[in-house]
Amino acid sequence: MGHAEKARDFIMDRDRTAWHDRALWFVRQKRDLAARSVPEWERLRESAARIKSHTLEHLAHYLELFEKNAIENGIEVYWASSAREHNLIVSSILEEEGATKVVKSKSMLTEECALNPWLESKGVEVTDTDLGERIVQLADDRPSHIVLPAIHLKKEDVSEIFARHLGTEPYNSDPKYLTRAARSHLRNKFLEADAAITGVNFALAEEGGIVVCTNEGNADLGSSLPNLHIACMGLEKVIPSKKELGVFTRLLARSATGQAITAYTSHFMKPAPGHRLCVVIVDNGRSALLASKHSSLLRCIRCGACMNTCPVYRRSGGHSYGTVVPGPIGSALAGARDMESHASLPSACTLCASCDNVCPVKIDLHRRINEEREESIEMDSFAAKRRILKIASFFMRHPVLYRFSLKATRVMLGILPKSIVYNRYNVWGRDRQMPIPAKKSFSDIYRSMR
Amino acid sequence: MRVALFVPCLVNDFYPEAALAALEVLQRQGLDVEYPSGQSCCGQPFVNNGMIKEASEFASRFVEIFADYDYVVSPSSSCTGTVRYRYEGLVDDDSYASIKDRVFELCEFLHDIVGVDRLDLGVSYSPVKRIGLHNSCHSLRELELASASELNIEPYSKVKAILSIIEGLEIVEASRDECCGFGGTFSVYEPDVSAMMGRDRIEDHLSNGVDMITGVDISCLMHMEGLARRDGVPIRFVHVSQVLAGRL
Repeated sequence: MGHAEKARDFIMDRDRTAWHDRALWFVRQKRDLAARSVPEWERLRESAARIKSHTLEHLAHYLELFEKNAIENGIEVYWASSAREHNLIVSSILEEEGATKVVKSKSMLTEECALNPWLESKGVEVTDTDLGERIVQLADDRPSHIVLPAIHLKKEDVSEIFARHLGTEPYNSDPKYLTRAARSHLRNKFLEADAAITGVNFALAEEGGIVVCTNEGNADLGSSLPNLHIACMGLEKVIPSKKELGVFTRLLARSATGQAITAYTSHFMKPAPGHRLCVVIVDNGRSALLASKHSSLLRCIRCGACMNTCPVYRRSGGHSYGTVVPGPIGSALAGARDMESHASLPSACTLCASCDNVCPVKIDLHRRINEEREESIEMDSFAAKRRILKIASFFMRHPVLYRFSLKATRVMLGILPKSIVYNRYNVWGRDRQMPIPAKKSFSDIYRSMR
Repeated sequence: MRVALFVPCLVNDFYPEAALAALEVLQRQGLDVEYPSGQSCCGQPFVNNGMIKEASEFASRFVEIFADYDYVVSPSSSCTGTVRYRYEGLVDDDSYASIKDRVFELCEFLHDIVGVDRLDLGVSYSPVKRIGLHNSCHSLRELELASASELNIEPYSKVKAILSIIEGLEIVEASRDECCGFGGTFSVYEPDVSAMMGRDRIEDHLSNGVDMITGVDISCLMHMEGLARRDGVPIRFVHVSQVLAGRL
């Protein structure tokens, strides 16, 4: 099933789709207010884009600098070329420590690598500690948004999930009650855990430390108690030094949720005495992306603003993309990596470019998606569409034929019964009346005026 | 000053009244306006769908036809944007350099080249007309005819600046400056999302108590008109050139 079919299923429930659209538009508006509170906002975006571009241009240098300084700080650094290698590294570190209960804060990378099912197959219990992710995990569902993983679920859905898994009162969907229940449930998981896994928002090359941003403090709580903290990062997460960090922390939370800053911006600069801090740096296709024309996608700091503003995403839901990262950035990334499997995604976009305008690192998202269409149109599933466009191009380049075909259309629309015009192959006509060609085109009128 | 009128395919064949109104508005400014024959599509549907070979054929033809004019003016922001920003690489560098700064959307031309102070429309409405303005994506985020709501910049609108010189005209904008959901082939690749987006825009405008919607792009209007007609919503769609020419 392509994006359009999954979107259709989502939209079937009109009220829910309207609610989803409004909920995310509300976040977009909060973002606008937060952005307007910073007079130099647009300059800040420009700086962030430049810092990221610069770092990506000298990526090997900054990664090696990070590694050297991190090791000096007592951090262990591992390199993984693929998702599989990443998973093997993580599971072998856990094995060394005999860890079987892991608390994990949000990390899109571990989702990308499908770390949870891998660890579970090794007998490790993994608890996602971000509230949204925990809800989704309990429901055996998948995140539909990178910042708001359970945005596709309403509080009534959460009430049902918690009643089933955490034993809360059925039909009590009071958010405070449900959050408290999740809190005490997670508190036990934190206390029992023998290892923590977190993502990385920024790796500081000069200082050899990592920065993790959360709103719930779950990364800190998780990593403070156990002796082992494994932090997983894509290799694009490195920035030159803490001097540049402020540019990003000012942009990240404002773009993501409209907050001035995330509730917790935790700096992990070295392991606590007697503890292990391991950083796994993952490539998994990123070097190839860096070498491609879509390298700007590696600037992404995963704020989710492009999802909140995307008029398609808000009305089709995150699951319609069939990718770990949905929305404009997810479409663009998936298409750049593997067009064969994601051929419908470049077309799930009106090219409205609103995503470009909210992106804190100024990724030219709509242009990336547009350029990916050069590839997707060559896929087998697009053969019919390609043919129609080729025929259109032929007619448009032959004015006599074109004129004739329009006149014929006008006549046909006039005489054919509605049931034939609005047949099941007329996708335009499913929700819309057909526009009727004018009796005389402008060029005809102009000629007769002269 | 020789001005050429470029009439997009949709306007030419389905909404010729919009092109006639554009011609009238330009001529009223005392300009020597011509409609060069042999023009066809700018190539936008092909650029947008990644069909580069076809797109460059249309682009070369466009450059050839409009090479000798000082300005090319078009009642469409998306076609103007295609020529100005998307012809790079489709035609040779010299051709691109020569065309990109000479092509203008109608309101943009009136605002930037003719100038609001010197503009003569000779139109007023009585009783007062209240019209909804649909800011299309290409007009907002490609040609930057108005400030898009995402950006932290001083608000402005060239389209409203032009319309505001008409007496008896009240322009109201929707609460969201969001895409209408047309998106060219998007309208048929993603019919459900497209229709919902269009209906949401129409509803947004209706909540402002307007019975007429205008905009610089006929394609958005055609899509919303098709939905409104299907749903029996009594609202009219007119191109901005018709508002400027007083032909409502």
